[in-house]
Amino acid sequence: MNHQTERLYLYPVWIRIWHMTNALFCLILIITGLSIQFSNPGTVVKFNAAVSVHNIAGIILTISYAAFFLGNLFTANGIFYVITVKGFLLRIKKQFYYYTIGIFRREEPPFPVNDEYKFNPLQQVTYVILMYVFVPFVVLTGWGLLYPEIIINSFWGFSGLDLADLMHITAGFAISIIMCVHIYFCTIGKNPTSNFKSMINGYHESH
Amino acid sequence: MVYKANIRPAWVVLVLLMLFTLAFTLVKTSDTSPVTKKIQPEQEKPLKIDLSKFKNAAENETCLKCHGQSKYTYENPESKKTVTKRMYSELVMNRDVFYVSNHREFKCTDCHSEDYAVFPHAGNLRMEAKANCIDCHGGDEKYAKFKFEKIETEFQASVHSEKHSEDFTCWMCHNAHTYKINARTNENLKETIIYDNLICLNCHGDIKNYQLLTAKTKPNILQKHEWLPNQASHFTNVRCIECHAKNEDTLVVAHHVVTKNQAVRKCESCHSKNSILYASLYKYQVSEKIQKVGFIKGILMGESTSIGPDKSNILNTISLVVFCLTILVIMIHAFFRIKK
Repeated sequence: MNHQTERLYLYPVWIRIWHMTNALFCLILIITGLSIQFSNPGTVVKFNAAVSVHNIAGIILTISYAAFFLGNLFTANGIFYVITVKGFLLRIKKQFYYYTIGIFRREEPPFPVNDEYKFNPLQQVTYVILMYVFVPFVVLTGWGLLYPEIIINSFWGFSGLDLADLMHITAGFAISIIMCVHIYFCTIGKNPTSNFKSMINGYHESH
Repeated sequence: MVYKANIRPAWVVLVLLMLFTLAFTLVKTSDTSPVTKKIQPEQEKPLKIDLSKFKNAAENETCLKCHGQSKYTYENPESKKTVTKRMYSELVMNRDVFYVSNHREFKCTDCHSEDYAVFPHAGNLRMEAKANCIDCHGGDEKYAKFKFEKIETEFQASVHSEKHSEDFTCWMCHNAHTYKINARTNENLKETIIYDNLICLNCHGDIKNYQLLTAKTKPNILQKHEWLPNQASHFTNVRCIECHAKNEDTLVVAHHVVTKNQAVRKCESCHSKNSILYASLYKYQVSEKIQKVGFIKGILMGESTSIGPDKSNILNTISLVVFCLTILVIMIHAFFRIKK
């Protein structure tokens, strides 16, 4: 069995469970978050309900993130997130070329998935920024907003609470955008649904 | 052979998190709220008031030599002995507070009877009616912008006035000896909020004053507001009257206090685009540019009044544009993929 062209078991159970939890609660958080942000009497989700659901989902997402974080500290999966410095820009360029031009010319992807490189360079850098910058930001500021008394009163003339709020919605917005792009890019696989199946059965199907 | 910076990002984040926690703890322990220091103007440390600057100060001293401190001394004409007695606390006028108050240029007898010049004071002087705000400020062009008439109308319609009729006067909340304009002039919004809330708490949080008007036992404000999330934050960042009075944006300080059943209880009344907080104090502060909002803060926060709701239009526009562009690019990309 040639694993280059066939099925490759890439996503162990814990990652799939984490991914599903993460996806589900991110969606809930985005919907309730938008509902709170643009609340007005008469919005679809009732304000109090939106706040409660947002809080609970936030707590669950924190637990799920902690699992992801610890998993990537101590299991082999963490290696996929280690960015190789040498030739970094060149690889990014290659991948960018593939997504903008190559893909339409039916060229082969420059960095096919294998058991050493689960992510292509653009994916890798996006996931690192997402999971190690934006998500920690949104989680920390979220807890700050949940318990405002722990927030610093003022920071360079800004109210600490306002600043936390601003960072929270900005990071939340960035995550939402990345999520849109992420879902779309998942349709770029052997066929449009194969990557979604991979996250259920754990097997990656190569081109 | 490729060089690998063999450090998992999770370790970097972990170290940063620990540094953040350390810095946060250090900042937090040295972080003292400037508000708590200044919240009670009537208990400020004595100022060195130069009495010669006030034209009536010398005359007022004839009263304040007794009423300016906690004890007074007189000679008993019968025993010829000098007697020192305690002055009842509510009859003590603190010079330091009076001479920074709005009525600092007044002489005592502008409002009180000339007969007080005689000691011991005649018993019937106790029956002297106290002047209310409207008695002096009503119908005066000079004070038109403060809308005393409107305040009086609102107050007459308020639960304070309706429930307690004549017993409840301006004095219940505003002492003419110490009153100092605040909401219209103070640049520190938080100070104004706490100043205003202390007026309510003076009775609703102090059984001695509360029972002057009612036989009810002390209401437990904390318990009554248990439903309110982040109670402490709300209590220090929102004025009681925002929820407990009918706000009209022509008045900076609403006086139409309503019954508890009519009080605002819905989160989205404030946490929404049409927040009631945009009326009254906040509107005034923004329109009169009393609060110094820096350029960057202005862009980022807009006319921020409460956590949550849609507040900064610039950021909203940017995020909408970014979102639409993302979807557009995705659609174009998808279109060409399908077309191929």
